[in-house]
Amino acid sequence: MTTRRTILHSALGGLALAGTGLTSRLAQAALPQGAIDGGALERLPGKQPLIKRSYRPPNYETPLAYFDDAITPNDRFFVRWHLMGIPEVVARDWRLTIGGDAASKPFELTLEQLKSEFEPVEVVAVCQCSGNRRGLSDPHVPGVEWGYGAMGNARWKGARLKDILARAGIGKEAIEVAFDGADRPALDVTPDFIKSIPAWKAMDENTIIAYEMNGVPLPHHNGYPARLIVPGWTATYWMKQVISIQAISKPLTNFWMAGAYRLPKGKFAFADRFTSQENETTTPITEIVVNSVITSHADGARVSRGAPIVLKGLAWDAGAGIRRVEVSRDGGRSWEGTELGSDLGRFSFRTWQYALTPTDTGPLVLMARATNRQGSTQVSELIFNNPGYHNNVIQSVGLTVV
Amino acid sequence: MRTPILSMFIFTGAFFLAASMSASADESQVKLAHDADMPLVMSRCAACHSVDYIQMNAPFMKRAGWEAEVKKMVKVYGAPVADEDAAKIIDYLTRHYGVE
Repeated sequence: MTTRRTILHSALGGLALAGTGLTSRLAQAALPQGAIDGGALERLPGKQPLIKRSYRPPNYETPLAYFDDAITPNDRFFVRWHLMGIPEVVARDWRLTIGGDAASKPFELTLEQLKSEFEPVEVVAVCQCSGNRRGLSDPHVPGVEWGYGAMGNARWKGARLKDILARAGIGKEAIEVAFDGADRPALDVTPDFIKSIPAWKAMDENTIIAYEMNGVPLPHHNGYPARLIVPGWTATYWMKQVISIQAISKPLTNFWMAGAYRLPKGKFAFADRFTSQENETTTPITEIVVNSVITSHADGARVSRGAPIVLKGLAWDAGAGIRRVEVSRDGGRSWEGTELGSDLGRFSFRTWQYALTPTDTGPLVLMARATNRQGSTQVSELIFNNPGYHNNVIQSVGLTVV
Repeated sequence: MRTPILSMFIFTGAFFLAASMSASADESQVKLAHDADMPLVMSRCAACHSVDYIQMNAPFMKRAGWEAEVKKMVKVYGAPVADEDAAKIIDYLTRHYGVE
């Protein structure tokens, strides 16, 4: 399929090299006009102004300019809910129920017990919505029309899920572990948001029930008082306000597993399979694809000829770790290495920077491309899929040198 | 715009949600295209979500796209919309937020 983006992109590459004055905005796939018009900066309680995608349920994304460090501060962290009934959880009333047909010793935890009765562990991990960048799909697909900012990276502290499941006497017959949050639909007939992960992923030492985010309790809108952290996997599994953990011997068959968050088989190369949920044509989304963004300069920014600038950004993947980030100044024909920032762990954002001095006035298109330690890299053309997942098209930022 | 939303709460028995809604940012500033079917669209769609979802998903969908969305709301999410009302809503969305 030849997309509009492809055409404009190659046109831009050629024209930019020729030094003509085409505006850089053409290089970028654009959000739907309605999403642009409605995407004003608005403030939720306890948050910096974020880009509003929808009021109810609240869906707000982080502006790229806020990502000036590897760790995303809690008040800048994106917000994503499926259902409008989001209770303000009171810590002393909250209970976490652990059970299921594949757990022989069901029990219940208070928040204090969750904190005190299990070894606390920490992991820095990227939480990224499956549909991040959906709004940049070409052609557009329906859904929350996210730009680049439905993601964040935090230091999560909590209890290992495998320790909790061990106390519950999880058996060999457990095939999945299912999670319910305190959020509820407006109508009783609407499927409650309940998700499962494979038992092997639940028993991974990096999968935790977090009660702290960047050293403090989780913000309400990011899942207070506790949420599931599934490092490397997309955020659909990171159940917020978790109140129930069920070890189950049969696959969860609700709409949110069987009908949503699925990809056509064969379009993407997954390392992590979720075999109990696969069918003949589709497979559940699992791990994040390797990706990067430029955060220091917005598309359309002006810079001065002869004045040094430092291009900065982030790179991440599902946990192999970032090997390198490269920048292209010639529409992707040649690439130069960048300097990587400190390594906060293989599931974390990695900062990078690249110094340059523009020598000619006119348009200057800069592109960034990340490669992980397994050699996976970003795509130059969208791998189109109807739900709009896994967009890791190389981003271009067009500057004007004056 | 608040009246139909609140009446839908009562209709569905979801009283507890009114409190959490008032704590969120003000959605009353979202204005749908005004015509005779707009109150119907508001009363049905806004029972479960703010109608900025409609504007956000415009204007790239054809009639078939809006039809699929409305059917999903009814069949998957259980939106209480009669067939004749669904047809009016699809017409409205295509008319004001579609591409054909």
